[in-house]
Amino acid sequence: MFIRQQVVAITIAVIIFITIIELVRRRKLKEEYSWLWLVTGGGLFVFAVWSDLLKAVTRFIGAGISTSTIFFFGIIFLIVLNLYFSIVISSFANQIKNLGQELALLKKKVQK
Amino acid sequence: MEKTLVVIPAYNEAGNIARVIGEIRKQNEPLDILIINDGSSDATPEIASASGAAVISLPFNMGYGSALQTGYKYALREGYDHVVQMDADGQHDPQYLGHFLREIVKKDSDVLIGSRFLSGPCYKISWARKVGMGVFSGISSLILGQRVTDSTSGYQCLNREVLGFFVNDIYPCDYPDADVLIMLHLAGFRIKEIPVVMRANNENKTMHSGIRPLYYVFKMFLSIFVTLLRKRPSTRGRGPCS
Repeated sequence: MFIRQQVVAITIAVIIFITIIELVRRRKLKEEYSWLWLVTGGGLFVFAVWSDLLKAVTRFIGAGISTSTIFFFGIIFLIVLNLYFSIVISSFANQIKNLGQELALLKKKVQK
Repeated sequence: MEKTLVVIPAYNEAGNIARVIGEIRKQNEPLDILIINDGSSDATPEIASASGAAVISLPFNMGYGSALQTGYKYALREGYDHVVQMDADGQHDPQYLGHFLREIVKKDSDVLIGSRFLSGPCYKISWARKVGMGVFSGISSLILGQRVTDSTSGYQCLNREVLGFFVNDIYPCDYPDADVLIMLHLAGFRIKEIPVVMRANNENKTMHSGIRPLYYVFKMFLSIFVTLLRKRPSTRGRGPCS
């Protein structure tokens, strides 16, 4: 990995990390939803600093070049993120359903 | 005297709801009627109320299962012993309400299903629906170890213990059908079918139109599969939680 690539990758990883921490600090992002982004930023940082690890992973998964490995893990990350959000939305849907039912039942009670 | 509530989820049924309530009243059975207005944009709640039924209006359209579950929660809190659930489109003939009431008080079953196929082959449906219903009834029969002829029937009578089971988050919000019967069986509830005659419904208006049948079949297979994978719920004898 060229030094310039390494510097760009480290910079992006640090920016992601700082942005997430700042969003959590300002309470724009809840701690429980920030962990996946922090893990991603951390992973990117480790790969940028330790380029031999990226080469080893590339060999391990059978990819031809290191950029394929990065895209591969990028897509995996997006799939995991979408799955995670689907789980969160399912939980919200259940909570909204219960709230809606409670609202309707209480309204009926008040009308009585 | 045991109290019975008829729960009818209704979504934009202004054209049918007064007739359905009127037909139930004509049966002279000792029961109350509750309409769950599932976010209708027409005059369904006003007409239902003017027809003498109690009405609960959900704040937005939440789906058939959620509307039914609201009725179960109401029935539990108001101390009803049984719930009979019916459709608002007039498909379910109220003359069978008496059969349900006389059968449920015998206490030899927890859930009564009104089967349109026990009373003869007079109910006309498309071949695709017939195949789908046959498949799910077959799967239900196999798992329950008893003959189930109409696993998709929404004309049912439930006792209070079943209501306590259904007010949990395990109850599906969209199409509670064969998967729920299997869930009930695994939880130890006793299920019985009684013959009813159903009127033909407007298939274009129901869940049997558009791509919904495909979703229904997929969802039902998935739901049955994961229900069988889950740990058996221990529910018999447990009090209502909500």
